[in-house]
Amino acid sequence: MNGASITQAMAEPPVCGGRMPRFQRPHASVPQFTNSPTMIVMVGLPARGKTYISKKLTRYLNWIGVPTKVFNVGQYRREAVKSYKSFEFFRPDNEEAMKIRKACAVAALKDVCEYFTREHGQVAVFDATNTTRERREVILSFAKENGYKVFFVESLCDDPEIIAENIKQVKLSSPDYIGCDKEEAVADFLKRIECYKITYVPLDDDKDRNLSYIKIFNVGSRYLVNRVQDHIQSRIVYYLMNIHVTPRTIYLCRHGESELNLLGRIGGDSGLSPRGIKFAAALGTYIRSQCIPDLKIWTSHMRRTIQTAEAVGVPYEQWKALNEIDAGVCEEMTYEEIQDHYPEEFALRDQDKYRYRYPKGESYEDLVHRLEPVIMELERQENVLVICHQAVMRCLLAYFLDKSAEELPYLKCPLHTVLKLTPVAYGCKVESIFLNIEAVNTHRDKPMNVDVSRDPEEALLTVPEHI
Amino acid sequence: MMRGAGRSKNTQNLDRTVCMTNCPTLIVTVGLPARGKTYISKKLTRYLNWIGVPTKEFNVGQYRREFVKIYKSFEFFRPDNEEGLKIRKQCASAALNDVRQYLTDEGGQVAVFDATNTTRERRDTIIRFAEQNGFKVFFVESVCEDPDVIAENIVQVKLGSPDYTHCNTEEAVEDFMKRIKCYENSYQTLDEVLDRELSYIKIIDVGRRYLVNRVQDHIQSRIVYYLMNIHITPRSIYLCRHGESDLNVKGRIGGDSGLSERGKEFAKRLGQFIQEQDISDLKVWTSQMKRTIQTAEALSVPYEQWKALNEIDAGVCEEMMYEEIQEHYPLEFALRDQDKYRYRYPKGESYEDLVQRLEPVIMELERQENVLVICHQAVMRCLLAYFLDKSAEELPYLKCPLHTVLKLTPVAYGCKVESICLNVEAVNTHRDRPENVDVSRMAEEALLTVPAHQ
Repeated sequence: MNGASITQAMAEPPVCGGRMPRFQRPHASVPQFTNSPTMIVMVGLPARGKTYISKKLTRYLNWIGVPTKVFNVGQYRREAVKSYKSFEFFRPDNEEAMKIRKACAVAALKDVCEYFTREHGQVAVFDATNTTRERREVILSFAKENGYKVFFVESLCDDPEIIAENIKQVKLSSPDYIGCDKEEAVADFLKRIECYKITYVPLDDDKDRNLSYIKIFNVGSRYLVNRVQDHIQSRIVYYLMNIHVTPRTIYLCRHGESELNLLGRIGGDSGLSPRGIKFAAALGTYIRSQCIPDLKIWTSHMRRTIQTAEAVGVPYEQWKALNEIDAGVCEEMTYEEIQDHYPEEFALRDQDKYRYRYPKGESYEDLVHRLEPVIMELERQENVLVICHQAVMRCLLAYFLDKSAEELPYLKCPLHTVLKLTPVAYGCKVESIFLNIEAVNTHRDKPMNVDVSRDPEEALLTVPEHI
Repeated sequence: MMRGAGRSKNTQNLDRTVCMTNCPTLIVTVGLPARGKTYISKKLTRYLNWIGVPTKEFNVGQYRREFVKIYKSFEFFRPDNEEGLKIRKQCASAALNDVRQYLTDEGGQVAVFDATNTTRERRDTIIRFAEQNGFKVFFVESVCEDPDVIAENIVQVKLGSPDYTHCNTEEAVEDFMKRIKCYENSYQTLDEVLDRELSYIKIIDVGRRYLVNRVQDHIQSRIVYYLMNIHITPRSIYLCRHGESDLNVKGRIGGDSGLSERGKEFAKRLGQFIQEQDISDLKVWTSQMKRTIQTAEALSVPYEQWKALNEIDAGVCEEMMYEEIQEHYPLEFALRDQDKYRYRYPKGESYEDLVQRLEPVIMELERQENVLVICHQAVMRCLLAYFLDKSAEELPYLKCPLHTVLKLTPVAYGCKVESICLNVEAVNTHRDRPENVDVSRMAEEALLTVPAHQ
């Protein structure tokens, strides 16, 4: 969509309250990133982290609102060739296999086209080795025909330890190696890599000087960036340069129960209730018991998170960006009062909780944009405990667990519960640790009836109990 | 690392961006003359200061000019000129000494050491110096062989240099080219293998390509991101506020009102002005508030809305007149006058918060070419302060009157500003800092500088 279609529809200025037709994106906090769709094309030998990067990048782009999808050619191959026999399939002189592999790449490209034209995708990540100039030419021609931009991401690594760890984490459990014993699998996979090495032509400083690409050396100690064309490519480069694979743990929790929580009131800036104070102490004990090296603690600028952090007894940093969602005119109201004073707003929110913006307040969509620098810094860091708020924690959790905009506002983030996130393989392991201090429930599910004409009882059906 | 201490309003609540690094950082430029080192140094310094990281540049050429009062010719730079070499080495040492003072005693966070630093030997000296003092080092090398770029560079900044005030253009160019030659033979570029343990970015051909090695921390990551987004393609940035609004006329701050009749007239004139300027590929940006959108609508060109461009949130004071603020919140009103940059309205924002909010806008402005930004008073002050390198003290008092367009054109090391008043009357919304900012002041003293309104 370009600016013209946005303004045509805006015959009158937008009304506060996020009452925008669904087909538009004018309330996005940032303008459109790209005009033409972008293909990100991975390049590299097996076990160089291409799929890891593809999945992570896709998760990040979707989270910030850029519709993105991964097309993993290996998946297509697994569907075409029902059972994997051995590395012999990948031998460069195996003509039968070459035909199949090429057909799979073509099928994937077709789906890319479909994604862009029918499904309104903005970015497609083409995850395959793409190690020959010939294959990359095919992709470039395809993109040119269709008016797509191309950005290559090449991962080069010659550190045998990294490759071994890679094989352990994601190859041994691959569908290709079910039922194989570990040593056999490793031996076969290493031979598979050798098959590719013979014909591997990395992106060349001179011959490929007109292409747009980033080369990542040894998991990020060095990068070569060539001809960044636009905003989205610049953001992708920035993201790729900030992520790392060092093992670490991220802890997410909310502040202890607050006085306003007890009263069933949203927002505000109250202090902790007596149980909230108990939680803070319990949090301190828990953290100490975890013996986390070099733990960083982050809070918002609001009293309740700061009070919680104080009890842990470790230096902490305050981020304004971690403040709870601003409920505008509904700040410090109970849901009953919102239903009473703003029944229409209340219904609109239930209709589209992600994009709905409180009058003079924020939407979840706004929150995500506000939190993007926090996510970027979380990627750079190692062990971090983030003490934040319900809506904020939902946004952060959605990033780590790849939840959609529809799911995000309904993620369960109860008080007095710590979520421990550990990156593993292509995703994140989550452990939920309830610290055994009772607290009110602040989670309001989506009610059955979201119609503007509904009765108050129907609207308030899912409101949790409070004083 | 800062410990929180409850919700204190002013300096304690410094936002996180200020404490990005633990030890200070020394940025060291590397490159032959006329490769844009000083341009990059100044721009980077301006950006870092704007986002709240105290930064200062140390240009060794300046030290040389102070030492050797009169520049005679390129002969000074000949590698076999022992006298010259001695002086140049002394100047580098003097500069490093000042760097140490700035980073250790004056609260500086980043120092930009702007010199050619083209030999490994010189760079090793700097690395040792940094190690001794506990500074991190990040090199920024600019490599360029495009003769057109170098020629343009010389025209833009060398001809006007103090070194060449007594020369005519041809003499100056010839001498400068010989000066570059003096450095070429001993130039040792940062090497992929020999320098693999160093942290650096190599900028090749004005940004066509970058090589980034061993980024150590957040500030270096931000610096790399910034350097990869700036360009030198000629362009203009137009800044203006929305047309006069109904709340402006009543002397009320904030809110989300529509344009007054005069505001609508301004929007029309703005449309004509833009047409006359005949700007190629102009992008138009607005906030998500009615008054900027209405203004853009009159231009009949596509525009993009940024929430980040919304006016500063005055919290509990939204839609009040200054007289009402004085009446209901006299303490807040005084505190604001004491430190307008850092003061945060209760349940609202500070200018400092605004700058944080606007950083992605600035980053995208750097990437873009011709842009017209239709925004608001406080927002425009923040953007202007970035382009014109204004301090946090000056920023909240920059004059950004209604119905006036500021045209900014990058030139040499800075920005040329043209102020174009579109000749449509409007209220004045600029409130100067009053004499008395004391909490105990009288109402009249507080309201002395409030501009007239209905």
